[in-house]
Amino acid sequence: MGAGHGHHLHFHGHSLAHRLPAHAKLVALLGFVVTVVLTPRTAFAAYAVYLPLVLVAQRCSRVPFGYYAKRMVVEVPFVVFALLMPFVATGPRVEVGPLRLSESGLLSAWALLAKGTLGVMASLVLATTTEPRHIVGGLERLRLPDQLVQIMGFMVRYLEVVTGEMARMKVARESRGFQARSIRSWPVLATTAGALFIRSYERGERVHLAMLSRGYTGQLPVTRPMTATAEQWRRAGMLPAAALATLLVAVAL
Amino acid sequence: MHVPDGFLDAPTSVGTAVVAAAGVGLALRGARRELDDRTAPLAGLVALFIFATQLLNFPIGAGTSGHLLGGALAAVLVGPWTATLAITVVLIVQATLMADGGLTALGTNITLMGLVGVWVGWLVFIALRRVLPRRPASVVPAACVAAFVSVPTAAFAFSVLFAIGGVADVPFSTVATAMVGVHSLIGLGEAAITALAVSSIVAVRPDLVYGARPALRQRTLTIRDEVPA
Repeated sequence: MGAGHGHHLHFHGHSLAHRLPAHAKLVALLGFVVTVVLTPRTAFAAYAVYLPLVLVAQRCSRVPFGYYAKRMVVEVPFVVFALLMPFVATGPRVEVGPLRLSESGLLSAWALLAKGTLGVMASLVLATTTEPRHIVGGLERLRLPDQLVQIMGFMVRYLEVVTGEMARMKVARESRGFQARSIRSWPVLATTAGALFIRSYERGERVHLAMLSRGYTGQLPVTRPMTATAEQWRRAGMLPAAALATLLVAVAL
Repeated sequence: MHVPDGFLDAPTSVGTAVVAAAGVGLALRGARRELDDRTAPLAGLVALFIFATQLLNFPIGAGTSGHLLGGALAAVLVGPWTATLAITVVLIVQATLMADGGLTALGTNITLMGLVGVWVGWLVFIALRRVLPRRPASVVPAACVAAFVSVPTAAFAFSVLFAIGGVADVPFSTVATAMVGVHSLIGLGEAAITALAVSSIVAVRPDLVYGARPALRQRTLTIRDEVPA
């Protein structure tokens, strides 16, 4: 399940959001989504403030809104799940037009959609303004276990190579008259996946040997550790700080 | 399949994050045993393979298509420890680079797909491998059933989590029936693609298939003097 993942993940630019170091953005994003998740679902006013906050953050990245809108499709399967809630939840019913919907179900559908959408919108700011390798560096700076950072580093480094290989296989299939139309094309596509595995695994072995010949002992040196100035932390922290203040005010009222 | 932010309440998300961290910690030690210092480059490329195959659309008909999830496939191809790491990294990349799956739900997603999906698949696979004849070709039906079982099981695990920390009063049985029902169909597709992919790999490079190694070890070298006509 889930929509296909498009490419061109990073939207090139030099905006405020682009210039912030990745680890500061990661911390800010985490702070924001945690605040949203903690917000009680009946605190409608708080959600009314979160939305413009995220929109301002998106604006700060100078990436067109249409670009963000297109990438929101990753949320679709769970929107369907959320929209089913009012029909299947228990409890007292309310009449909405011709339908009799569950009150608590409506409330949960609202909460699922609001929190999920805000989460995706905020995550997209990070995803579009940060280059993949910087995210790896940021996670390394945030003390993700070294092995995981290395695995992710290799994945990101060879991303274009392997997806390029897959694109070439697609060209090869189609230049031989293949069209993926029905279930009957599955054996061909699965064989492609098999070939891709063999090629990827063998590439992994070659990469490993090449690294050994360059003195690899299981650790990669950190060449340029990521740093953030106090000013950058302050800028990155504005979004979660504003959200947290909103939450506190909404809960106190 | 990627759970977004806010689907489960904060305590449940923290709980699954702890489970995920413990599981990934064990997998890091296990993979070092499986792969030694080859772990990073090989697991990285395997993660990329899983990521890339998820981009491959399999047409179902009427304009719809699905894609592979790959938990059981990865477990059969590279062993459960490395598969756990590969799926974990794929999920981290999808959450941070694509906003697919929430950052606060990362622990939940890793628990469901990286731990439940991979390990249920692997356990079913080794159970079947024990009863099937010891031949490399037996890997195919075992992987097929493993893939079929792992998908609805992960969906069932999600239903349990939703019952514990969900934000809706939907009876557990309703969520579980719907989730397991839909994912059994997805599991059928997953099983077909996994079987086809594994059989194509076993035919060419059986030595690369982790799950086929015990059967390969038993195979003796045969030297044929005559070329059959």
